[in-house]
Amino acid sequence: MGKLTIGCFASLVGSTNLDFAVKLAGAALDKGHKVDLWVSGNGTMLSLEKQRAFKDYSYLEKPVKELMEKGLNVTACEACAEARGYHDDNTLEGVKRFSMDWYLGSTFDADRVLHIGGE
Amino acid sequence: MATTKLGFIVQRPGYKSENPKLALTHAIASQSVEIYLDDDDEVLCDVAFIGEGVLNCIKDQKALDNYQFNSTESHVKMALLCDLNVLVCKEDLEKFGMSESDIVLNAEEMGGDMDVKVVPYEEITKMMEEVNHLLFF
Repeated sequence: MGKLTIGCFASLVGSTNLDFAVKLAGAALDKGHKVDLWVSGNGTMLSLEKQRAFKDYSYLEKPVKELMEKGLNVTACEACAEARGYHDDNTLEGVKRFSMDWYLGSTFDADRVLHIGGE
Repeated sequence: MATTKLGFIVQRPGYKSENPKLALTHAIASQSVEIYLDDDDEVLCDVAFIGEGVLNCIKDQKALDNYQFNSTESHVKMALLCDLNVLVCKEDLEKFGMSESDIVLNAEEMGGDMDVKVVPYEEITKMMEEVNHLLFF
């Protein structure tokens, strides 16, 4: 099985790019692949805990938690998160926070890298 | 020893979105990626500005004066200081009526040795074919 690294820079609310990234991660995990999901820029919004589900907005806390239980590795850009007021104490449990070199390190042995830029 | 090459393609103008700056900061992060790799393994990054992305390279940007944060120009210079290969599409530059004299070409004042290379799109295509992964910003 292979390794897929997904980088997503789009926000949780305001675009469905993160929804796509999470669904793709789930599909790859189901096929037995290893998946690293890097969120940076506005994408760090995914790392926030206590998201509230509304029918009019994307809601990814629950699916991300379920995928992390299946082995999804989610890492948020620490600087991007801090700049937005997303701190350690409001980060979703299981989501890691590192600097940007983590993403490059993940690409090193990835079979495929899918980079989804921001809005 | 193994090398993974990444190509960062910047195609959006600066300040309208965060993308160009994130492309540069991620590429610059290749300087410290070894903490995640085995000895002698490396990740090398090339950065290419195409389309409206070439506007990121305009010199004398005043981001610090107007927005109180570092300009994209300063990030281009930082990329040069880190010895990254920075390419700018010649044809796209000309589409905006610009030439080499309008853009940042080096980081000499900071002690940098590398120059921005203004090249035909064909050369950027060649770079894109040579890297392992492409990241579009």
